[in-house]
Amino acid sequence: MSVLVLAEHNNDKLNEATRKAITAACLISKPVHVIVVGSECENVAKVTSGISGVDKVMLADDPIYKNMLSETTSELLLDLIKDYDFLVAAASTNGKNILPRVAASIDVSQISEIISVIDDKTFQRPIYAGNAIATIETKTEKNVITIRTTAFETAPESDKKAEIERINPKTNPQLSVFIEEKVSSSERPELTSAGIIVSGGRGMQSGDNFKLLESVADKLGAAVGASRAAVDAGFVPNEYQVGQTGKVVAPELYIAVGISGAIQHLAGMKDSKVIVAINKDEEAPIFEVADYGLIADLFEAVPEFDKELEKLQK
Amino acid sequence: MKILVPVKRVVDYNVKIRVDKDTNSVDLNNIKMSMNPFDEIAVEEAIRIKEKGQCDEIVVVSLGPEQSKETIRNALAMGADRGILIKTEHSPEPLIVAKALAKLVQQDNYDLIILGKQSIDDDCNQTGQMLSALLNCSVGTYASKIDFDNDSIIITREIDGGLQTLKLSKPSVVTADLRLNVPRYASLPNIMKAKQKTIDELDPQDLGIDMNPKLVIKKVEEPPKRIGGGKVESIEELIDKLKNEAGVI
Ligand SMILES: Cc1cc2nc3c(=O)[nH]c(=O)nc-3n(C[C@H](O)[C@H](O)[C@H](O)COP(=O)(O)OP(=O)(O)OC[C@H]3O[C@@H](n4cnc5c(N)ncnc54)[C@H](O)[C@@H]3O)c2cc1C
Ligand SMILES: Nc1ncnc2c1ncn2[C@@H]1O[C@H](COP(=O)(O)O)[C@@H](O)[C@H]1O
Repeated sequence: MSVLVLAEHNNDKLNEATRKAITAACLISKPVHVIVVGSECENVAKVTSGISGVDKVMLADDPIYKNMLSETTSELLLDLIKDYDFLVAAASTNGKNILPRVAASIDVSQISEIISVIDDKTFQRPIYAGNAIATIETKTEKNVITIRTTAFETAPESDKKAEIERINPKTNPQLSVFIEEKVSSSERPELTSAGIIVSGGRGMQSGDNFKLLESVADKLGAAVGASRAAVDAGFVPNEYQVGQTGKVVAPELYIAVGISGAIQHLAGMKDSKVIVAINKDEEAPIFEVADYGLIADLFEAVPEFDKELEKLQK
Repeated sequence: MKILVPVKRVVDYNVKIRVDKDTNSVDLNNIKMSMNPFDEIAVEEAIRIKEKGQCDEIVVVSLGPEQSKETIRNALAMGADRGILIKTEHSPEPLIVAKALAKLVQQDNYDLIILGKQSIDDDCNQTGQMLSALLNCSVGTYASKIDFDNDSIIITREIDGGLQTLKLSKPSVVTADLRLNVPRYASLPNIMKAKQKTIDELDPQDLGIDMNPKLVIKKVEEPPKRIGGGKVESIEELIDKLKNEAGVI
């Protein structure tokens, strides 16, 4: 029973999410092969071949795969899946975009965002924004599965290197054309892999005020996140959103500032190890999940927090 | 151009659901049900496209029980033209929904199908992508902007790193993200008008699709409860606790 994992990367670096997907794949079955689809991404394949648990890496390196468009990538996976029992990917926007297209083409249902592997036919996944956990059993031979990365460990390095096999591209169905991408580059860690996250909500009042959080984040080596309300109000870009329909995170420390704690926000962060909430409303539901709640005006508390952290650094 | 918008009846997003230990399922008795929020956004987008004169007819479709007609009626009150109910006992899994939708599209030649990106009950995030596979057409998930350029559709997508713009050939499947638009409320006159609009009923058998699920839900449980509610009085105490008690900074 073999597993094929779709790697997540930007043609240059392998995304951490892939290492989590590999861990999950190893729990499902063996051997585990990883497919790297992209353009000029040989480096990614090399890094992948050194990850523990990977038995083989396949590399489909061609300009048509540069942006990993769904129609083009699923065509390739559809050809490869013939030789595998499982197709697995991290539940990133890429994984979520591509895998269901493959699943439907081979007439199977996808099992989305699993958080645990019970056996190779039985999995657990959150439903209703994580307010219930369903145990799902599949009746099909082949299965297509996405992984909620916060639920699995990062696969470590191995001292061996797996073989890398180059595979030929498939024809491009040319159903869609890439036009442009606006990807923000930040010095700060990425939300989904950060150890500490400082998030702001509507209570921040403006994008400018997010500087208060950035200053704290820089002292803690943290990523900056946001609630939907903060994104909708235009304080920060969409990729900051944490929640049911944004990013799901589980850092060591999550600091929620001026966030009320709606079900949809909690869905994205309540598995964090330690939660801090700073809110002036003592009734705010965020306090129900916070380990350390501070009832205070954020415009006083955050600058003070920042100052104290600065002292601590000295 | 004709647009199809699939709408699903789900537990209202404000309701905090409860797991019923006896029946091993989510307790849906006397619970407020609404249109899936992403589907409202999809309906709104279709209406805006029609208001710009780029669409002739908007059809909404739901797979579900008789009560799903309320959801369809709601979309008609917002401004959709007619509805189809494919009557099933429960809402079936995404693959089955996608197969039913594919049949409708093949019968009726829609140029654009706008779905929600995700149902807030099953959180599957699959149906649109699956439908695009069955139709072997272009797909644009997580759209925050939809434009038209001659015969193509230009969409901006919300992706993990930021935003991506694609040009899709027609027909196309697009799934709506939160920031595509803010849906309107149906006005009273439009609610009245919607009562005159037709809702056709179909049996899944009419479409000739296999309704047998490929996945079985064995058990539904409550997640482990997080014990929160701890308070600190000052920033000083917070820092001390984070450092010495939790050891996270
Ligand atoms: C389909 C759907 C999907 C959704 N997905 C998501 C999602 O993925 N992520 C998400 O976050 N939300 C999501 N939401 C939205 C969610 O329901 C809430 O509306 C949102 O999380 C609220 O954001 P907020 O807490 O920043 O704002 P509010 O609820 O307005 O809370 C602001 C908080 O700031 C506090 N505050 C104000 N001023 C100060 C001050 N000076 N000092 C201290 N505290 C202050 C207030 O007391 C209040 O508690 C979704 C909703 C729907 C319908
Ligand atoms: N039973 C249903 N009836 C109509 N549309 C549905 C149904 N189930 C899913 N959909 C559509 O598919 C989208 C994604 O659903 P899902 O794949 O279940 O997360 C929803 O937002 C709807 O637009």
